[in-house]
Amino acid sequence: MAKVGVYVCHCGGNISDTVDVEEVAQFASKLPDVTVVRSISHMCSESGQKAILDDVEEYKLDRVVVSACSPQFQGATFRKTLIKAGLDPNMVEMANIREQSAWPHYEEPEKATEKAKILTAMAVEKIRLSKPVEIETLKIGKNVLVIGAGIAGIQASLDLANAGFNVYLVEEKPTIGGRMAQLSRTFPTEDCASCILAPKMADVADHPNINLMTYSEILEVNGSVGNFKVRIKKKPRYVDEKKCTACGDCEKVCPVSVPDEFNLGMTERKAIYLPSSTAVPHAHVIDDNACLGIVPLVCGLCAEACEADAINYDDAPQYININVDTIIVATGFDIFDAKLKPQYGYGKYKNVITALEMERMIVEMAEGHAIRPVGKDIAFVQCVGSRDAQVGNLYCSRICCMYATKLASLLKRADPSRDVYVFYTDLRAYGKGFEEYYRTAQDLGVKFIRGRPGELLEDPDNNKVIVRVEDTLTRNIIDKEFDLVVLSVGLVPSEGTKKIAELLKIPRSSDGFIKEAHPKFRPVDTPVEGIFVAGTAQGPKDIPDTVAQASGAAARAITLMNKGEYEMSPIKAIIDEEKCDGCGLCVEHCPVDAIELKKVAEINPAVCKGCGSCISSCPRDAIDLKIFSNEEIMAEIRNAVKDKKDGEKRILVFADDMCTYTLADSVGTAKMKYDASTYIIRVPSSSRITPKMMLKAFEMGADGIFLGECEKAVSPYPNTLEAIENNVNKAREALVKAGIEPERVEYSPFVTVMFKKFIGLVNGLSEKADKFGNIPEEKRKRLIVEEVVR
Amino acid sequence: MCEQCGICTTSCPMSEEMDVSPAGIMRAVQIGDESILESKAIWYCASCFTCTVRCPRGIDLAKVTEALRQMTLRKNVDHIDIEKIEKEDLPPIALVSALRKFTG
Repeated sequence: MAKVGVYVCHCGGNISDTVDVEEVAQFASKLPDVTVVRSISHMCSESGQKAILDDVEEYKLDRVVVSACSPQFQGATFRKTLIKAGLDPNMVEMANIREQSAWPHYEEPEKATEKAKILTAMAVEKIRLSKPVEIETLKIGKNVLVIGAGIAGIQASLDLANAGFNVYLVEEKPTIGGRMAQLSRTFPTEDCASCILAPKMADVADHPNINLMTYSEILEVNGSVGNFKVRIKKKPRYVDEKKCTACGDCEKVCPVSVPDEFNLGMTERKAIYLPSSTAVPHAHVIDDNACLGIVPLVCGLCAEACEADAINYDDAPQYININVDTIIVATGFDIFDAKLKPQYGYGKYKNVITALEMERMIVEMAEGHAIRPVGKDIAFVQCVGSRDAQVGNLYCSRICCMYATKLASLLKRADPSRDVYVFYTDLRAYGKGFEEYYRTAQDLGVKFIRGRPGELLEDPDNNKVIVRVEDTLTRNIIDKEFDLVVLSVGLVPSEGTKKIAELLKIPRSSDGFIKEAHPKFRPVDTPVEGIFVAGTAQGPKDIPDTVAQASGAAARAITLMNKGEYEMSPIKAIIDEEKCDGCGLCVEHCPVDAIELKKVAEINPAVCKGCGSCISSCPRDAIDLKIFSNEEIMAEIRNAVKDKKDGEKRILVFADDMCTYTLADSVGTAKMKYDASTYIIRVPSSSRITPKMMLKAFEMGADGIFLGECEKAVSPYPNTLEAIENNVNKAREALVKAGIEPERVEYSPFVTVMFKKFIGLVNGLSEKADKFGNIPEEKRKRLIVEEVVR
Repeated sequence: MCEQCGICTTSCPMSEEMDVSPAGIMRAVQIGDESILESKAIWYCASCFTCTVRCPRGIDLAKVTEALRQMTLRKNVDHIDIEKIEKEDLPPIALVSALRKFTG
């Protein structure tokens, strides 16, 4: 037998000005299992909480209902109160009679009071069935896998290693350093990129807590947070990193020359090569695709020449299995393939290059090698492959305005007789020191023209490039010849990013970059627990932002691992093993693959997100959801629709916690009005409301049902909108069969600012219910017989 | 939707002849400047669709320009006077397409 204490709050007039709280208290005292009822001026205050503590002691209460504000507002307060009282924090339920009754219905005090009574009854009936929560913890260790050793991966690894965590840093290239190692100078300070990167690269190589694996590929990742099982392939270098002195004698005798990818193919390297002059590990490697042959050995000249005896033709791939607790994805970017804009002639015209090629040219020039002529008249074309619907990249690549300004400034300062133009659409100088740097570039004489070139043409006589562009500020059409045109290519997700996203099963946003768990509040978490993202893998950004994100991701990983124990959210789906017949439908349905079929279906609580959409996939009703269980929800539904008076209607609104419930609260807080016959039931996701539950609700007296859920872009759960649509369609089919209007069920995605949409849809449904009238008893009875079964 | 980048202008084979550039035509439409209907530019348009194919915002400029022409033509105001065309020098298809494009 439960012993419930009910506390009705005046909220200093916020509630009691509209709702007759004494009437609500009176009503509550007659509800089953209610032992004590109090009406108090401010429940959240010390005295309000003391009332609970005293009553729990005196009356041996084992559960509490607080009819007051929204659980999103003071829910945490009362959970703490219960812990102080020695009770499980799940044994308190709040009836939202402020944001969802007194405030939106302030002009209808009688209806607001009636609604407050019903909301209280719903809470009491729910809490009578509630169980203590048993927070499950996972043991979690200190091992982290960082994928990608560009500046993001390097920074995250150093932060983690310095904090005492054990890092596996895996890089697919033979050297670390990523894109930053290819740059000349960085904006807006014009620091030499390799110079500031080199110490960090050295630290990574030396750090006792970092296990660096270069020239290595991730083959497979299984498991979940606290227990990721990773299989790595270390490709054979054929050179012993510890013995190699990088003297280069091997290169001198190697007969094979191939394009040097570090210099984007503008220069050549040998089949045995040092990946770059700043490479870490600083050792040569044999490209076994370019080499004449290792097995069987064709040439062998490099080993002969090597005095350090570092070359080993018997090297073979190594397969390594590791177990890690968290993963950070730092797989970086590729540049846009400028050949996809044929009107710019890249790959055809001699004197059209990309900005990254220009970076390499400037670095090589500074070391005394002129890779190719630069000339005097130079043009930069902005937004190549970005902000472009024709190539499917609608986004802005963020750094190109600044890198072009930088390259233009470097070129102009090195030779002031050069004539340098930048053809832009917008000059995006948003960051610290950026606008000042743009001004300095203008002072140097760089010419900025607002216009996006329609096409580039090649003068056949001298291979100069003609830029055709409209100066949109003067409306003049410019046809100008340049010695060299540099395309400011945008950033696209790297091939590595795409591959890793698939392996780890982490989603990508519509722009192709790794998707964040929440675009505002969780920008370095992926939606998969335990996997984080940093750097340009998440989206285009410059070096300071990359480093900040890398440190952020490291901090997030540390937060998760630091206590040695990781508390999982208690809202999880569970299988009733006795009912399960092993059909496997739920396994197929689960969008995060949290369910495995062993003897019966088994849900992995570390992966389960608690949306509950699997519940409607089970033909045996064997699945339930903890905290928001089937019987608790049905109890709320039953009490929301019973004891209807003649002509009264009851509209049920299932509101997902993150978006719709928050939205409903905001509507009430703004004192915006909507129909008072609506009763909102809070759920983690509306996908946990099965067709059967909806039909039962109608059978019990509901006149309309509305389901609200987060829009896909902000939803913590994948695929729930599809599941809800499915459930609603099934419910509608059954309604039609029973001769009931299918329009009585509706659903919609929301984000938390859609005030008018919420009111419009809820009122609209209410009006339909008025038009249709209450459902006659014979039709309601049909719902049990003609229920939809899969 | 037009960001006034100007790609259309320098993609257009007729832009040198126009009194208002293609980007200028889009600007007039954006701000509701109906004097664009009096321009020569909208009639010099060759309907080659290069602008449409290259517009980074995905705007169908050829269609917009056709709409501007139609705003005059549908008032029963032809852009060319059939009587005044010297027909002997024209291939018949040019005459046909001129009649289609420049008359209501």
